[in-house]
Amino acid sequence: MTLATTGSAVLVLEDGRVFHGAAYGAEGETFGEMVFNTGMTGYQETLTDPSYHRQIVAMTAPHIGNTGVNDEDPESSRVWVAGYVVRQLARVPSNWRSRRSLDEELRRQGVVGIAMPGTRALTRHLRERGAMRAGVFTAPTAPVEELVERVLASPSMIGADLAKQVSTAEPYVVPARGDKRFTVAAVDLGIKAMTPRLLAERGCEVHVLPAGATAADILALDPDGVFLSNGPGDPATADYAVEALTGVLEAGRPVFGICFGNQILGRALGLGTYKLRYGHRGVNQPVQDRRTGKVDISAHNHGFAVDAPVDGPFDTPYGRAEVSHVNLNDGCVEGLRLLDRPAFSVQYHPEAAAGPHDAAGLFDEFCALMARPDTKKGGTRV
Amino acid sequence: MSKRTDISSIMVIGSGPIVIGQACEFDYSGTQACRVLRAEGYRVILVNSNPATIMTDPEFADATYVEPITPGIVEQIIAKERPDALLPTLGGQTALNTAVALHEAGVLERYGVELIGADIDAIQAGENRELFKRIVAKVAEEHGLNAESARSAICHTIDECLAAAADLGYPVVVRPSFTMGGAGSGFAYDEADLRRIAGAGLDASPTTEVLLEESILGWKEYELEVMRDRADNVVIVCSIENIDPMGVHTGDSVTVAPAMTLTDREYQNMRDVAIAVIREVGVDTGGCNIQFAVDPRTGRMIVIEMNPRVSRSSALASKATGFPIAKIAAKLAVGYTLDQIPNDITRETPASFEPSLDYVVVKVPRFAFDKFPGADQTLTTHMKSVGEAMAIGRSFPEALQKALRSLEKKGSSFSWTGDPGGKDELLAACRKPHDGRLRTMQQAIRAGATLEELYEATSVDPWFLDQLLFIDEEARALAEGELGAEALLRAKRNGFSDAQIAEIRGLPEPGVRELRHRLGVRPVYNTVDTCAAEFAAKTPYLYSTYDEETEVPGGDRPKVIILGSGPNRIGQGIEFDYACVHASFELAAAGYETVMVNCNPETVSTDYDTSDRLYFEPLTLEDVLEVVHAEQQAGPVAGVIVQLGGQTPLGLAQALKDAGVPVVGTSPESIHLAEERGAFGRVLAEAGLPAPRHGTAVTVAEARVIADEIGYPVLVRPSYVLGGAGMAIVYDEGTLDAYMERAGAASDHPVLVDKFLDEAIEIDVDALFDGEELYLGGVMEHIEEAGIHSGDSACALPPITLGGFDIKRIRAATEAIARGVGVRGLLNVQYAMSANILYVLEANPRASRTVPFVSKATAVPLAKAAARVMMGETIAALRAEGMLPATGDGGTLPLDAPIAVKEAVLPFNRFRGVDIVLGPEMRSTGEVMGIDEVFGTAYAKSQSASYGSLPTKGRAFVSVANRDKRAMIFPVKALADLGFEILATEGTAEVLRRNGVHAKIVRKQSDGVGTDGEPTIVTRILDGEVDLIVNTPFGSPGQSGPRLDGYEIRTAAVLRGIPCVTTVQGLGAAVQGIQAVAAGSVGVRSLQEHAQRLRG
Repeated sequence: MTLATTGSAVLVLEDGRVFHGAAYGAEGETFGEMVFNTGMTGYQETLTDPSYHRQIVAMTAPHIGNTGVNDEDPESSRVWVAGYVVRQLARVPSNWRSRRSLDEELRRQGVVGIAMPGTRALTRHLRERGAMRAGVFTAPTAPVEELVERVLASPSMIGADLAKQVSTAEPYVVPARGDKRFTVAAVDLGIKAMTPRLLAERGCEVHVLPAGATAADILALDPDGVFLSNGPGDPATADYAVEALTGVLEAGRPVFGICFGNQILGRALGLGTYKLRYGHRGVNQPVQDRRTGKVDISAHNHGFAVDAPVDGPFDTPYGRAEVSHVNLNDGCVEGLRLLDRPAFSVQYHPEAAAGPHDAAGLFDEFCALMARPDTKKGGTRV
Repeated sequence: MSKRTDISSIMVIGSGPIVIGQACEFDYSGTQACRVLRAEGYRVILVNSNPATIMTDPEFADATYVEPITPGIVEQIIAKERPDALLPTLGGQTALNTAVALHEAGVLERYGVELIGADIDAIQAGENRELFKRIVAKVAEEHGLNAESARSAICHTIDECLAAAADLGYPVVVRPSFTMGGAGSGFAYDEADLRRIAGAGLDASPTTEVLLEESILGWKEYELEVMRDRADNVVIVCSIENIDPMGVHTGDSVTVAPAMTLTDREYQNMRDVAIAVIREVGVDTGGCNIQFAVDPRTGRMIVIEMNPRVSRSSALASKATGFPIAKIAAKLAVGYTLDQIPNDITRETPASFEPSLDYVVVKVPRFAFDKFPGADQTLTTHMKSVGEAMAIGRSFPEALQKALRSLEKKGSSFSWTGDPGGKDELLAACRKPHDGRLRTMQQAIRAGATLEELYEATSVDPWFLDQLLFIDEEARALAEGELGAEALLRAKRNGFSDAQIAEIRGLPEPGVRELRHRLGVRPVYNTVDTCAAEFAAKTPYLYSTYDEETEVPGGDRPKVIILGSGPNRIGQGIEFDYACVHASFELAAAGYETVMVNCNPETVSTDYDTSDRLYFEPLTLEDVLEVVHAEQQAGPVAGVIVQLGGQTPLGLAQALKDAGVPVVGTSPESIHLAEERGAFGRVLAEAGLPAPRHGTAVTVAEARVIADEIGYPVLVRPSYVLGGAGMAIVYDEGTLDAYMERAGAASDHPVLVDKFLDEAIEIDVDALFDGEELYLGGVMEHIEEAGIHSGDSACALPPITLGGFDIKRIRAATEAIARGVGVRGLLNVQYAMSANILYVLEANPRASRTVPFVSKATAVPLAKAAARVMMGETIAALRAEGMLPATGDGGTLPLDAPIAVKEAVLPFNRFRGVDIVLGPEMRSTGEVMGIDEVFGTAYAKSQSASYGSLPTKGRAFVSVANRDKRAMIFPVKALADLGFEILATEGTAEVLRRNGVHAKIVRKQSDGVGTDGEPTIVTRILDGEVDLIVNTPFGSPGQSGPRLDGYEIRTAAVLRGIPCVTTVQGLGAAVQGIQAVAAGSVGVRSLQEHAQRLRG
């Protein structure tokens, strides 16, 4: 049964399904890959996560905007989502840190929003048919067929090279908090603010480099370790990052990657990546560390995954590697580890923001790796 | 790591009778645990004194002991059964305390019983305030988290108090040390208050010490439900936010899940603290609950407390999320880890995840202040509600409005008719937390209150206040313009019922419904799937909403829809849930697909495992009709059962039938025959059965005429009542006049005036009738005389003083009524036997409160049999298949059958100042069963299970009304012979002395302290010098003198928790009980053993 609904805005999917709702935020139209996020908190972090670049994000939690928008929680300097779909938008934000409402914020940043009753139907649709392109039109003037045509004409996520679009233009440094222990080169493929902060808290001076940084650029810093961040787009397109990482691996420097960084490590090891049907986006995903059996509840935001043999170690150009973490929901690869070199990565988000802090220990692991005599700068090279 | 194989038998302790603060949520958790443990192959030994629970059904454990949950009795059971392990975390505080007592007494060690799912140190760390404070400080420090305990200071002088208050900031809480029951505590808002309260407090404290604590009144309140396994995996199952800020017990608050007003940073900080605290406390496996207060101005967070066990909140969280905490806790206790346990709902993903909700859940409490006139109705940190309803919606307004109508209490839903009253008065009323405060706030909004004004008055978070303002705006919009599909849909999405829409538009409710259906505005049903639709759900646990897609699965099997009983209230509680659950189990076994509709989150019926489908919906006509419609769309519906859920579904019977719904069992017309007095009178007349003489009066004059004609005493009550509401026994004209004036003011309905059969024996019967044959389920004889509500009266089965001839008469009368009314299924009849005449008091063509008790006492599953009869099966067929005994019934129990005594449990300790004397209005919240060879022992067990063990020595105080003096002599003599020292008031003592019982005279309260400082009886009771009190009431309410004396005596008894007998029949029973205990003849026997004897 489809019921009429108030509001003049529409969300149009590439397969022709249309949802009606009320416009909020900026007026206009927007296109992107339609994805859903099941987190019940943390919309501000979600909105500002560069990995959502060119995606229209639907929140499954029904009330969004309740705590307004503050100046401390953004994960980057701007809102990245291409459009924001909620069921019910708060009129009165309530939180002691709130500075403005979500509606005002999206308006300010020119981001189109739609509030519509059908967010669950949308989620079920995407779950069954997979992520797809969509458009939000706050005041549609053309018939639906034409809107679908326009959605179909928008670029696909497969083959999209987006990391450079969201990356910093210039390198910058996040100083260590307290005594400096390590120099870390962090390749910004869409980095979230929480990542350098957590590294800095552990005594890392973090040199954040643009996505296009080469191995030479990275090694020129003489870092104790190299970090590859999360980011948007199809990992299959980021050859430059793979090339840079190859150089770093050859130099034997400790490597830690998150999300997109995990996929780049996978590719550098000769593994393929593939697009998941509808991805993992939320803050409740169970990831098991296969060495300890321990399960972390973790934050996820990925539409692609690494294709790696999960049943045991496998050979790579850099020695043996293994799948270190798996998702217990669908068995998807969530982490890689080189057994003979100091490099590891995870597909999920130990920096959380939004999400649980269960996996924050991975940053300590990275520091431990940088401190290990055999991998330490100037120590034994492989 | 996996399931433990080094243990093979596990004891589970239940929570005993339903009391305020510990209700049927522990039946839900215990039932889940027993099922899980048995499915895992363990031998389960269960102890629970509450017969109305599903968990005490013999098929849920290998050995089921309906015995008092006292360390002594549990030790006997341990000695007999020799369990390898004890799981104490699923039976509330009762089970946990019993486990600690057994540990401290060395019992567990002596019998080699391992405590699983809990750890004594962890229990103590959770309960010891100082220890817990240190833990909070430690984790905050070590993990750099925002977490504290409330700041406090211990002071010994006024100057210290002033200095401390300057540091803590006003207001401060003042708590004198070591005073009884927190005497002298209070809030000081300024220096003058502090000087006064702390001054008095320092005086009152034997150590001249007061604790000053910062006030967190008005702070936001949250709870997290946490689970941890032995591999240290931890998940947060659910966050719950209290709409009522700090100061109202969470059980009395309106709560919402998930939390609505936290940023991710705040939520994750809370989550980190919760996890760090439970690790530090050392809860190694299982569920626990942790509560927080957050200062809305600064975000400062205080950890209030944690419970290292399954709780009321965890039942709510389980229902709210679809994550079965108790079931998983039981699995964790036997060694599984979270990742090894599949999520039942998705079946593909594991339990090691955190549920994500794409809906809002609201829980509202239900109170029973009308039953306790004189009780303070302000909501405080002391829980007072007797039940709760939960509702699910796709938005807060929808969920809230559904929850309010789920309360089934007039005046609970928001309303837009009539004059709301003055804004200032309404705002003033909102300051004090009370039952229905949200509605008072809504009326204040109607009267023009702003968000700021409401916030100032209530400290309710502005986000929630805006939701109330939004609902009000929507109501106003609804009042105007065309009532088309668009407007209806919008109203429905915000939770407005057809009745509310009708009220707002001045239309009849059926008209709105008809219009809505014509316009195609109908709800869809979404699934509670634990994952916000990320994965497909395999378990149909549904709620209605006005979204775009319905998720009701289709199917060809005929379906039976069972309507549950809604929120627990006095008179309608767990007993009805029991009957519904039984019907569901039995009809599923008989090949039907079972569909449950209910809105009570505490129950077994709302476990998604109980029925094939679960609709978590209000039990209003509108909501039920929509469920029936949705199910009919999805496949054939064989019938709807309204007879098992108590008065709630029964009240819908006729309207459902009128709407074409196939109501099975006793027809609505037959229900009417039993419920409508005139019609029922004709049924009785035709059968030649006498009823007490009666009449119906509207005016005082009419009532007087009737009373004169039939003779005093008379029983008076409003013409339609539930649980005896508004009933009274009137002995004289003056009292009758007063009653009629009050009744006239309270309602327009006429008053029923019945001859009250003084000194009659009251008898309760549960029977099954298939149209041909009557199966007498059980005949219960009340221990208290007629006039005390059957729900509050203790009773014995088989009846202890009725002979075979009496039972024959009862059987014949019951059959005549069943036939005359046209019963198909269960029938409950209440009789009074007076001067050898059997009077019919009333008949209820439905499952009664006593069905579970009778089923357990006679080892016959009455509710299951009833469900089959309602679907058309005959009693003969049920006898043939073995569900019912091949021959005989509950009226022909063998002479050596065990005696079961049911005792009611009353909540007087929650309502200080309320007289504990029993009357025709039901006030008990729960019940226990004592079962043994002979009446005395069974009665003693029932007392020990409900109020504490009967004393076997010490001092007994006796003060009885004149009419009871003759009957009291013999039992009091027996007490004296048992070695009790007898104290009595003057009149009673005289009678006793003349009969050779030495009784020491004590001063009444109204006598005051004697010239030589002799204390009054009340003082002696308060000082703990009395072990047993016998006090039967006399005089009328409101009179001073003897009546007031009795009241103060009984109040003191409640305060000190001393057994207090208020009827002379109760005294006889108590003496038999004391003799049994003194003789040391209290043994334990499982229901399975009893059944073996009863049914072979």
